[in-house]
Amino acid sequence: MELLEKNEKLQDKASGSFEAKIERDDAIEPRDNMPEGYRKHLIRQMSQHAHSEVIGMQPEGNWITRAPSLRAKQILLAKIQDEGGHGLYLYSAAETLGISRDEMIAQLHSGKAKYSNIFNYPALTWADIGAIGWLVDGAAIVNQVSLQRTSYGPYSRAMVRICKEESFHQRQGYEIMAKMMSGTAAQREMAQDAMNRWWWPSLMMFGPHESESPRSGDAFKWKIKRSTNDELRQKFIDKTVQQAEVIGLKVPDDQLRWNEEKKSYDHGPINWDEFHSVINGNGPCNKQRMAHHKKVHAEGAWVREAAEAYRLKEEKLN
Amino acid sequence: MTEQQALYKYCLRLGDNALVQSYRLSEWCSNAPTLEEDLALVNFALDMTGRAQALLTYAGEVDGNGKTDDDLAYRRGEREFCNHLINEQPNGDFAHTIARLLFVATYEYLFYSELMRSADERLASIAAKVVKESRYHMTHANDWAIRLGNGTDESQRRMQAAIDALWMFTGEMFETDAVDALLRDKNIAVDLGKIKPVWMERITEMVKMSGLSMPEGAYMQSGGLKGIHTEYLGHMLTEMQYLQRAYPDAAW
Ligand SMILES: [Fe+2]
Ligand SMILES: [Fe+2]
Repeated sequence: MELLEKNEKLQDKASGSFEAKIERDDAIEPRDNMPEGYRKHLIRQMSQHAHSEVIGMQPEGNWITRAPSLRAKQILLAKIQDEGGHGLYLYSAAETLGISRDEMIAQLHSGKAKYSNIFNYPALTWADIGAIGWLVDGAAIVNQVSLQRTSYGPYSRAMVRICKEESFHQRQGYEIMAKMMSGTAAQREMAQDAMNRWWWPSLMMFGPHESESPRSGDAFKWKIKRSTNDELRQKFIDKTVQQAEVIGLKVPDDQLRWNEEKKSYDHGPINWDEFHSVINGNGPCNKQRMAHHKKVHAEGAWVREAAEAYRLKEEKLN
Repeated sequence: MTEQQALYKYCLRLGDNALVQSYRLSEWCSNAPTLEEDLALVNFALDMTGRAQALLTYAGEVDGNGKTDDDLAYRRGEREFCNHLINEQPNGDFAHTIARLLFVATYEYLFYSELMRSADERLASIAAKVVKESRYHMTHANDWAIRLGNGTDESQRRMQAAIDALWMFTGEMFETDAVDALLRDKNIAVDLGKIKPVWMERITEMVKMSGLSMPEGAYMQSGGLKGIHTEYLGHMLTEMQYLQRAYPDAAW
């Protein structure tokens, strides 16, 4: 009886402390009490983030065997390895919330869990590898820097570690674009074409306006999210437009103007119909990406089974 | 043949082996049985790319015709490549990749351990770095061979099939020609006759520990040293050299 009471008191204290902790900007740690909605929101967001890192290996992997120099190949291999590492790190961070990697992968395969929509676009030319590093990683950094201050400790720490590597990726992507823009006419054309195809999808990476973002209220209340999608998008545009100009790339937006009053760029309307259409499965690569992930997972089953069988045999022996 | 010509060829051989392995290993990206294994194989591909860079750069310098590592990697045809055939074989299933890694990494570990004592200082210093990577690749292959060989019926069957299929390409790794002979005299090249029995002993031991049986009396394939390859290499180069072929004037 006494014990029970004590227990309840402890729990009261703990549940009270969640709000207090959030209020004080203290990190929430895996063993802390947290509302079920908070846990679910994080599982959804972190597993989506982890899946994005992993699915993103596919479009970039598409160019490894065709990388045009040994140095370019090394940089690309190292980048893809980083992304896979981010995936691993985020899966582990999400596991602290009581879900296994197997469950997360099952949710990815069933369609319950998503990955970043950007990877439903194809990497068609070598310039796309530049554009992905520069624009896609560039957009990811803006988002991830903001997430360094997210309220869940393991997620926030994962972001701190990941952001360091992402800035390398962004610079290396930009370097590819710069090199092509100072190359032959065919290379410049290729670079501009990649810019034209990746610009708008990169802006869409930040998600729709807050008013149309269904779960963002809770995310702000729980300090999972610190900036609005539009704020982050604006930050990305402001830092990227000048980089484009420096190397002679044209941003494919006729309405893009510097706004002296707000000290940032105004941009043209984003085609949210396309965004929703791609999210709902109609992007050029949705089916390809998922089919590939499922196929590889199925083909690797015998290896994972063998490793497990061997582990059990060894356990018996020792 | 002068010593310089022999050394150029010797570096090309080693560089080509690294380059071709780098290609095959990197094909595992997004295709491995687990994310951890995906990263491990990509990492080995990265090691191999660095190794190819070091060796082909040196080859170009020895040749003295101003050829860079990239010129040699991307602007030679398949008859000019002199890698071992085993390294250009398609990946096959995971067991085939592990079997190849077992054969080749064990070989390379022994080879580069010897090359560290080469009279050519540049090769010796490259070897000192490579030998550490090779030891790691070999350990990785050993671990998997044991697990797959002693895992399930299916994994054992696949692992046995893999070593059986690749066995006929192992003899070539110990072949020598005039290049070796000339450089052996100068204490530059590795004495392959010396490492062969050690390799055989280690492989026999690993195969036994993996609960598998040694492949029997296969005819050994040959040709890589003379630039006579299997049909797979041409396709590999077509893909690898795609941008150089399509845009000969461009720099990337
Ligand atoms: Fe990443
Ligand atoms: Fe990245």
